[in-house]
Amino acid sequence: MDFLRPAAWEEALAAKAEHPTAVPIAGGTDVMVEINFDHRRPEYLMDLNRIGELSEWAVGEEHVRLGASVPYTRIMEHLRTELPGLALASHTVGSPQIRNRGSVGGNLGAASPAGDAHPALLSAGAEVEVESVRGVRRIPVEDFYTGVKRNALAPDELIKAVLIKKASGPQQFSKVGTRNAMVIAVCAFGIALHPDTRTVKTGIGSAAPTPLRARAAEDFLNAALEEGGFWESGKVITPSVAKQFAALASGACNPIDDVRGTAKYRRHAVGIMARRTLGWTWEQYRATGTTLEGAA
Amino acid sequence: MRVNFTVNGPPQEADDVWEGESLLYVLRERMGLPGSKNACEQGECGSCTVRLDGVPVCACLVAAGQVEGRDVVTVEGLADFAKQREEHGGCASAGSGARGASGAPEASGTPGTSLDEARGWAAKGTDSGTGEGDELSPIQQAFIDAGAVQCGFCTPGLLVTADEMLERNPSPSDADIREALSGNLCRCTGYEKILDAVRLAAARQSEAV
Repeated sequence: MDFLRPAAWEEALAAKAEHPTAVPIAGGTDVMVEINFDHRRPEYLMDLNRIGELSEWAVGEEHVRLGASVPYTRIMEHLRTELPGLALASHTVGSPQIRNRGSVGGNLGAASPAGDAHPALLSAGAEVEVESVRGVRRIPVEDFYTGVKRNALAPDELIKAVLIKKASGPQQFSKVGTRNAMVIAVCAFGIALHPDTRTVKTGIGSAAPTPLRARAAEDFLNAALEEGGFWESGKVITPSVAKQFAALASGACNPIDDVRGTAKYRRHAVGIMARRTLGWTWEQYRATGTTLEGAA
Repeated sequence: MRVNFTVNGPPQEADDVWEGESLLYVLRERMGLPGSKNACEQGECGSCTVRLDGVPVCACLVAAGQVEGRDVVTVEGLADFAKQREEHGGCASAGSGARGASGAPEASGTPGTSLDEARGWAAKGTDSGTGEGDELSPIQQAFIDAGAVQCGFCTPGLLVTADEMLERNPSPSDADIREALSGNLCRCTGYEKILDAVRLAAARQSEAV
């Protein structure tokens, strides 16, 4: 094994072009587990910790540009207003030690369907900025997940940043697990109200081969909210609408039975989380009409 | 490969490090510092918690090559680390002493805990007398006084984690303590005495100010 230590982004791109099998490592919270357990013996390990810009973020007019290796702890501390859904999801990642090292770039690189950041990214709306010596691409996050632990990266590409739409309304994240800390999601659900475009977007985690949006549920809800004039009036969502939304979210799942839970349970739980998180966010919207910071 | 970094203050060098090796392995097997415990090797248990540039991390999940040029504090250096922090008015950036020294600091002249001292560290006394005559950090003393140690395997990780929380948050609520320690598993105590120990350390810390 060779250990590559690029000091700058361009160096990292050159190294990745020369050694496409190189495995990037930032927080190490996934990669080192695989190495410790001898599940993986990469030819090259490429440390990204030296590249300062990967740990930086910038809040723009419409987006937050989040460097690929910004630790979850920083997101919880600094981006709760702009990215409430992601801040909530970040808080459910592993433990303080893990959140001090793990990052959204790592979640995307690993592309596990159970990654906690995914439902938040999908519901907020995000693009993944990837780069190689050939150039830069921006991939809508929906298109980034291509299969179980597979993503749209070419062998010579690295994830540089994620551009996440700033919240224009309440967002929520819900996750099912056996305890609060150190839990890989049995299943998870993210929801974001976008009053600016009068749409609701969702993200489902750990209940299909890839993280995904519950598009039929979104379409149904968006139409129902529009037709009923809910965005203007801010009235309580009709229970039958919430129920149908939940049923469609449940129907979007394509889960498996595994050690963490059964497919049937996951479908059921996603429906429950969809109904609850819709209720929470809509109540916030009714109360304030604006973004609420993610609660701790 | 060779890796240079500071451990508990003085600069150290590890040779013939395998590229896939963890910081934990380097500390335990190459530097003779077994205080950081090796249990799950997947970041689940927190028993290998160390400070990396001041930040609590699982040493089993840090690749050795990633610590090149950085500062590590282990449980063996916790007493000196806490002492330095007190002397410098709560500012406790790991290895700041080593960096502040001009030129290449001699290990003996560098503040902190030398490797030999750290390797030779052993608690004196037994049972309720444990720790007597030893210079301990406040959190270590609180763990002994509160009876928060049973088999002791999780203790080093808990000490490093709890010490960092008290540095950041001198008067934590119970919820803060639980949250801060949520990445450290203990299978003996049921955590109650550990919570007592952290409350005790926090109380003593606030009295001291």
